[in-house]
Amino acid sequence: MEYRPEELLITVIARLLEGCGHIAAGVSSPVPGSAALLRRELDGGESRVSIIGHLDPTFRTDGGVEFFDCAGQGRIDAFFLSGGQVDGAANINLVGVGDYPRQRVRWAGSFGSGYLYYMVPRVILFREEHSPRVLVPRVDFISSPGVSEPDVHRPGGPQALVTTRCLFSFDRDRRRFRLESVHAGHTVDEVRENTGFEFDCPAQVPETPPPEPDVLQRIREVVAPQIAGPYPRFAERVFGIAPQA
Amino acid sequence: MSDYLHDDMAALAALVPDGARLALIHDGGGVAMAATRALIRRRIRGLNLVNVPTGGLQTDMLVGAGCVASVETSGVSLGEFGQAPNFGAAVRSGNVGIRDATCPAIYAALQAAEKGIPFIPFRGLIGSDLLRHRADWKVIDNPFQAGDSIVALPAIQPDVALFHAPKADRFGNVWLGRCAETRIMAHAARETLVTVEEVVDGNLMEDDLLAPATLSALYVSAFALAPRGTWPLALPGFYPADQAHLAGYAKCAPDRAGFRRYLKETAFAGEPEAAV
Repeated sequence: MEYRPEELLITVIARLLEGCGHIAAGVSSPVPGSAALLRRELDGGESRVSIIGHLDPTFRTDGGVEFFDCAGQGRIDAFFLSGGQVDGAANINLVGVGDYPRQRVRWAGSFGSGYLYYMVPRVILFREEHSPRVLVPRVDFISSPGVSEPDVHRPGGPQALVTTRCLFSFDRDRRRFRLESVHAGHTVDEVRENTGFEFDCPAQVPETPPPEPDVLQRIREVVAPQIAGPYPRFAERVFGIAPQA
Repeated sequence: MSDYLHDDMAALAALVPDGARLALIHDGGGVAMAATRALIRRRIRGLNLVNVPTGGLQTDMLVGAGCVASVETSGVSLGEFGQAPNFGAAVRSGNVGIRDATCPAIYAALQAAEKGIPFIPFRGLIGSDLLRHRADWKVIDNPFQAGDSIVALPAIQPDVALFHAPKADRFGNVWLGRCAETRIMAHAARETLVTVEEVVDGNLMEDDLLAPATLSALYVSAFALAPRGTWPLALPGFYPADQAHLAGYAKCAPDRAGFRRYLKETAFAGEPEAAV
């Protein structure tokens, strides 16, 4: 069955969310948000999804203050972060490129990462662009570190990194990524060429399984109209859903 | 008693002094855009913005119009319309000071001010460059448990909090609706200025259903009527964002002449050319 690249990514992330009771997605995260909604659908509505910025009361907490307090108490099981740069120790940079503060490239800022990366048990890093300028040896600015010293309270941290080329897992003890699978149409050599950091790579790397037909159907029939609420432009571009007036 | 300014945006804008530490709500929380255009029109200068906890069009316009000395923020962007061009250019040039934070740190520091305490302990941050570049944030030992490092954030007490809400009564009680973050801004700030969609008869505090989401007039210095006061941003639950307008802003604002033209057509609409 034919599928769109975004549909594969949504499926890959949804697989990583198995067993989560409460999944939250932040701003500018349409693919992870879709994956969270897909997970809930596959779980028969058992898991809870909070999407920041979503108007539907089903998806909301009592605003940002309570949302972060939830995370502090361990009431959020999974969250998503990204980075303009990500390095091999899973440090993420959402601030900019060059010497801080007058960087030659300035991005929006760190948002909730300086807290949620520490507190949410299962953080999935997601970045569509998989290139040496994104996956760097060392980030220019640490918005949030991949791992912490023992005197820092840290129940949470990175579990995986998903890109348009592959899926990495992250080993918190070894402080390294491991290549788990490569998406159809891509190769291990290509992943190596486009990754600026060292990572563990088994002798045989499997191909990422494509979305199952019933999963694809649920993405298109159930998830697509739901994600159009918070992300109308994404839903229009990927799924052809006309924005509401 | 709160001062009811009717629909006089200029009178409201006059209450924000140059150089004020000004707390502003994020794009989904009721941004006082009509009042922001009035601030730009009055040529306010030297503002030290506190984004609660992020900024968007409002911060980008104030920065671009030369009103801002510094920005404390967890992120400034135009959301689905991309990077905030004036903010990015100002940070790159060093014209505007930047204090990078993380969303819950700003909430927590405002909550410290709500309680009248000097600082608040806060998880996360240790090992980040956010912390490394913030001389005002300290790492302390948990006094109750050995071997537990934790950050201490100083309270943020803004001089002024400014936002838009669905309704107020004539006493200055303001119904916040779903946005709970505006309440902590108002509690933390010395002065709070609010614009509203409508001013209703009666007393909101006497209505059992509305009172829990109502900010007492105790905290409100002045309020003014501004129907569609968040335009072109949304007032969630009431009206959506003007997507075409925002797309137009994202397109014109990266260019200096384009941004000036935008200000002329919005903040300075109807004013003579020389005033722009």
